[in-house]
Amino acid sequence: MGSRPKLHYLNGRGRMESIRWLLAAAGVEFDEEFLETREQFQKLKNGNHLLFQQVPMVEMDGMKLVQTRSILHYIAEKHRLFGNNLKEKTLIDMYVEGMLDLLEMIVMHPFSKPEDQPKEVVSMTEKAVSRYFPVFEKILKDHGQTFLVGNQLSLADVVLLQTISALEEKTTSILSAFPHLQGFSKKISNVPTIKKFLEPSSKKKPPPDDTYVKNVYAIFAP
Amino acid sequence: MAAKPKLYYFRGRGRMESIRWLLAGAGVEFEEVFLEKREQYEKLENDGRLLFGQVPLVEMDGMELTQTRAILSYLAAKYNLYGKDLKERVRIDMYVDGTLDLMMMIALLHFKNPEEQEENIALIMKKAKTRYLPVFEKILKDHGEDFLVGNKFSWADIQLIEAILMVEELRASVLSDFPLLKAFKTRISNIPTIKKFLQPGSQRKPAPDQHYVDTVKHILQF
Repeated sequence: MGSRPKLHYLNGRGRMESIRWLLAAAGVEFDEEFLETREQFQKLKNGNHLLFQQVPMVEMDGMKLVQTRSILHYIAEKHRLFGNNLKEKTLIDMYVEGMLDLLEMIVMHPFSKPEDQPKEVVSMTEKAVSRYFPVFEKILKDHGQTFLVGNQLSLADVVLLQTISALEEKTTSILSAFPHLQGFSKKISNVPTIKKFLEPSSKKKPPPDDTYVKNVYAIFAP
Repeated sequence: MAAKPKLYYFRGRGRMESIRWLLAGAGVEFEEVFLEKREQYEKLENDGRLLFGQVPLVEMDGMELTQTRAILSYLAAKYNLYGKDLKERVRIDMYVDGTLDLMMMIALLHFKNPEEQEENIALIMKKAKTRYLPVFEKILKDHGEDFLVGNKFSWADIQLIEAILMVEELRASVLSDFPLLKAFKTRISNIPTIKKFLQPGSQRKPAPDQHYVDTVKHILQF
């Protein structure tokens, strides 16, 4: 029996959350080592455990993987969540890249000035509803299948559900104009591994709060 | 005979340059359509050819590919520049992701305020010399091979030489502390497909100037 992946990050969502979602969806149990102090981070860096001196870092299969995208692709490939051929993989990749652009806004949001935040929420919602959601709504409508690509669960479905769920926390009615995405959200939430991850006791992290923001500055500020 | 890939972008580097490098490195001839007026961009959008309303767009193999990294991964896989197995692939992915982070800092430099240029260049040079170049110097030192991964020419080598040349444009002496990277640069520059791309008259684009910045701002309306 192989050892479980070990995730090195703060005790919060940030750039590690997509990886938690994916591992959970793949039914892979994992351990977490939370960065709580600057000294811990310095120790990881000094020990040459972080290729570019950054987290996320995931220890798995004898490797110390860094760079969110690389980690997501590796896990997806390994656990057959990356399509059945190069064309499907490329579609999944394109959809995920789009979602990661939107998630980037979400990840950075807690770090902007408090007075700018309401404006940013409007802007993120606007982007989601005008640039990204219509694309996925149309894809689902056109093929009429449950999953985005190749009629099976993939990285694209997981990242889309994560994005929808994060945005719904800020704007509860964000899917009101997207009936197919509403259906998608329900169905993917009911995939057994994902349903488990959505339960209260799972490793899914709560939305970032002031404590999380303070910790990020304390640990990473130069 | 298959049609040549067709690249849609501004007449300049931006996010398309890495794609030009990879195609050139793979010895693949390609055509380019340059966006010079807003109307051209609007037509691409209205024709539904831009998945998330963005360029780069690469038309090839019956697909309209967008999202830079997705395009690059597709090309690397198609032209056997992605390692021999998943472990080599994830290493290539990590190295490329780090290199792309550095290159994105440089690409965005030209869109920032002139007063901030010196400060930004200083930050880029610091990151290059402390975070990125030492990593690749060490990789080459540790295995003593000619190429970054698997003793074989890959996407990672092409991405790294592109990054080195971009940083050298900012400061010519940047490789002075990195003898193995100096040798790497010479070696990769002499690979026939790369050598051809480095010659005047190739499709390699010059560093951005004010005209380029103005064109992008006009077409994307920001």
